[in-house]
Order: sequence, then C-alpha cells, then structure tokens
Amino acid sequence: MSFKTRTGTSHTGQPASVQQAPPGAAPADVIHNIGYRHYDGPRLGRAYARRSLFSQSLRGAYGLGRSAKSKVLPMLLLAVMCLPAGILVAVAVATDTDELPVEYTRYAIILQAVIGLFVASQAPQSVSRDLRFKTVPLYFSRPIETADYVAAKFAAMASAVFMLTAVPVAILYVGALLGKLDFVDQTKGFAQGMVSVALLSLLFSGIGLVIAALTPRRGFGVAAVIAVLTISYGAVSTMQAIADEQASTGSIEWLGLFSPITLIDGIGSAFLGATSAAPGQYGPDASTGIVYLLVLAALVAGSYALLIRRYRKVGL
Amino acid sequence: MYNPTVARLTYRALLGRRRALILCTLPALLIVISIAIRLMTGADDETADSILGGFALSVMVPLIGVIAGTGAIGPEIDDGSVVYLLAKPVKRPTIIVTKLFVAVGVTMAFSAIPTLIAGLILNGNSQGIAGAYTSAAAMASIAYSAIFLLLGTITRHAVVAGLVYALVWESVFGTYVSGARQLSVQQWALAAAEKIGQGDLITSDVGLPVAVVLLVGVTVAATWYAGQKLRSLTLAGEE
Repeated sequence: MSFKTRTGTSHTGQPASVQQAPPGAAPADVIHNIGYRHYDGPRLGRAYARRSLFSQSLRGAYGLGRSAKSKVLPMLLLAVMCLPAGILVAVAVATDTDELPVEYTRYAIILQAVIGLFVASQAPQSVSRDLRFKTVPLYFSRPIETADYVAAKFAAMASAVFMLTAVPVAILYVGALLGKLDFVDQTKGFAQGMVSVALLSLLFSGIGLVIAALTPRRGFGVAAVIAVLTISYGAVSTMQAIADEQASTGSIEWLGLFSPITLIDGIGSAFLGATSAAPGQYGPDASTGIVYLLVLAALVAGSYALLIRRYRKVGL
Repeated sequence: MYNPTVARLTYRALLGRRRALILCTLPALLIVISIAIRLMTGADDETADSILGGFALSVMVPLIGVIAGTGAIGPEIDDGSVVYLLAKPVKRPTIIVTKLFVAVGVTMAFSAIPTLIAGLILNGNSQGIAGAYTSAAAMASIAYSAIFLLLGTITRHAVVAGLVYALVWESVFGTYVSGARQLSVQQWALAAAEKIGQGDLITSDVGLPVAVVLLVGVTVAATWYAGQKLRSLTLAGEE
C-alpha cells in the first residue's frame, strides 16, 4: 500500500498554509488530507455477525478451515460413528431380516463413548481458545451481544453433535428402506430416533460448553467434560446394576435421572417407544417420563443461562 | 534422578489453587456411593466387587491417571513455559522421572486411598477385596501415569488420546475383543488383585507373571521414551 496511488485522485488536497509560512517560524500544525475515505457500503449488522459466528464454529467443530491435524480427530470420530451403522445395514440386507438388529433410538446410546469424546474434544476447542487468547472482548467489540455469542456457540455445537449422531441414524434408515423393510415402521422409528438424537445433542452440547467455558486451558476442559459424562454414567449404571441385583427395581428409573445418557435413554423408553438400556429394562413409564423431560429442559435451559452469566463479565 | 524443585513445581501445577478440590470430587463421589450402598443393602462381597471393579478401577483410576499424567507436563508444553525448565542444567530424563514420581503420587493418593476407604466401608475388607483392589489401583496408577506422561510429551492432544485409550480401548474393545484385554493396564492390575484377594470374585484374563512383566516393561519403556522425546522437543505454536 503506497500513497502514490492516491495522489492522482481528486481527494488529495494541498495544504496551502505550509508553503506560505515565513522561514524561521515554526510551521503551523496541519492535517493532511491523504485521501482516506469512509466505508459507505452496507453494514451487515448483528444477525450477520451471529450467523458468521455460527457457521465458523460449526465448521471448526469438524476442523474445516483449520489445520489438517485438527481435522483428524472429529472426522475419525464421525467415521467411527457411521461404520457400525453401515455394517448393521449390510448385515440386515444380506440376511433378509424384517427388522434392523438395533433400534434407531438405541444406536446413539450404544456409541455414547464416541459422542462423549466428540463433545469433550470439540466444546473446549470452540470456547476455551477464545478465553485463553483473550479474543472474547474482540467479539464483543462487534455489534453482537452476549446472548448472540452464546446462542451462536450453543447452536453450532448442538448442530455439530446432531450431525454426528443423525448421520448414522439416517444411514440405518436408508439402508432399511433399500433392504425393503416395512416403510411405515421404519419411518416411525427413524422419526423417533431423530427426536432422541436432537435432544441428546442439545443436552450434551449444553453440558460440554458450560464446563469448557469455565477454563481457558483446553486440556483441563477436555478432561473435565469427559469426567462429568463418564463418571456420572459409571456411577449411575453401577448403582442401577446393584439395585437390580437387590430386586429394588423401583429405584432404577429414578437413578437414571442422574446421568445425561440415561436421561436420554429414559425419555426414549417413556415416549419414543425405545427399549430401555437400564438393567432389566426397568426404564421410566410415561408418568415418570414427565420428570425426565422436565429435568432435561431444566438442564438445557440452565446451561444456556450459566453460559450467559459466564460471558456477561468475561474479559471485559 | 529426582529434582525437588521440579517436583515442587509439578506438584503445584497439579494441585495448586482449586485443582485439588476438583480432583477430590471423584474420590468423594466413590465414597458417597459406597456409603449409600452400604446403608441400602448392607455388607455384601459381590456388591463391593462390582463397585470397586466396575467403577473405582475401571473408571476412576484411569481418569485420575489421565488428569495427573498429562497434567504433569502437558500444560507446560502447551503454553511454552517448558522452555524455562529445559533451559536449566537439569537432565531431561531427570525431569521426566521427577514428574513421573509426582504424577504417580497424586494418582495413588486420589485413587488407591479412596479405593481402600470405599472397600472398608462396603464390606470391611472381607475376602481381602478392599486390600486387593487397593493394590491393583496402586499398580495401575504407576503404569497409567507413565503412559499418559509419555503421551503428554508426544502429542498436543494428550488428554484426548489418553481418554481414547482408557475409555474406548479398555472398556469398549476390552468387552468385545478378548485379545485387547491382554494389552490393558486394568487387566494387569486385576491379575495382582486376583492373587492378593481371597475367594474367587476377582478374575483377570492375564496371568500374574505376564502381567507384572508387562506392567514393569511398559512403565520403564514409556518413561525412557518420554525422556528421549523431551530431549528433542520442538515447540510448535498454537495451530
């Protein structure tokens, strides 16, 4: 960038007073007009900034637009999620059965470790680095508010997890249709599966982002998210197994409230016609299922509120 | 081979400020669960076995191992402050061995001791279950710390890699592919627990001599290689 290109324009003014100053006297202070112009194009505003943040975060969750190294893990996890679906479909088509070996609602529950790893690795990627490099104030110097930042990050993370969980379910569905399984049955199951993974995406991304937003250190964020997800599941499933052994089966459905994946599983078995993954299949019925739904709604809304609270003060 | 200053710094990086409290929540949860179950069902050896084997040894020990093992060196490499340590006239293998000592100590303190307490609460060391799982947790702590410390020097995504090993390899693969169980720290530790505990509740897929050889071999090899990695460490910027 050089000034020479600008001297030809009509904007270049000549400061006449400089030449007329008497020799010896201090030159008067002047402001040279060197031809800077205002930006008078369209201003895209808040909604555009929010949309850009959303798409950047969503792409970032799969490593798109980042280095090749950071694409490896999310793509690998996506492949690991899809591979069993492909195998199941192939088996179902080859053996000519009349139903898939795994329910649509059950698929994500079985592969919960993969989903947990995805959330644990990508949620800190999405928020911790902004905190660590103190770029959050830069976002807020744009015309976006705290709620826009949080909503964009939350929506992006939830969409990323939804893609991870919905693609294999869609593979199962397409495969089932290609294998000429009953269309009405499969469509119903597919719709139920989609609702289930949508709820799972909201819940997991909410929990993941809240924990990740607490620490600027990516490593600690990853460990903390996975600890919350697996420890709660480990504790709940162990307690459920013991309750099943002790034949106090009434407590199994209530224990399921205390870990994210059993919560989703419970909602599935209460409302979406899934077979419960709880020991002895003592999942909640519709009346207990209401409590499950309320807890889920409270967790999602609570994590959104906590994020808003976290970013109200951060770095400013 | 042991440098008290490095040890003090590592110890403070791991347990400084609120981190000790956060690390405490896992053992606290184990003990709370044990108390709840003891009150609900009374002392029962099978229950004790399923809590200590299914939760303490298979979930808690690896997780604390990941946090302590990678946390001993990972953050320093990540933010570049490790150069100040490497610039000092301390041998790189000494740094690694010191950090390993601290990581093993922290992992043992936060996993083996709570396992012992939980075992005593659950069935008062009947059939030696509490003692067996405590020594298993202690042995696993050593191997996990060494492996995850090595991961911390190899990759910037050490925590994720460590978790993949601890969760996906040991629990998912271990359940379906029996060969994977031969190469699992958890099973090596269980082999020791099987020998120590009376009765036949605790079982392992690996024989004790093989387990001990593998455990020691992996620990020594991982520590040696981590020292070599630290000698030729290149600091990369944030991607």
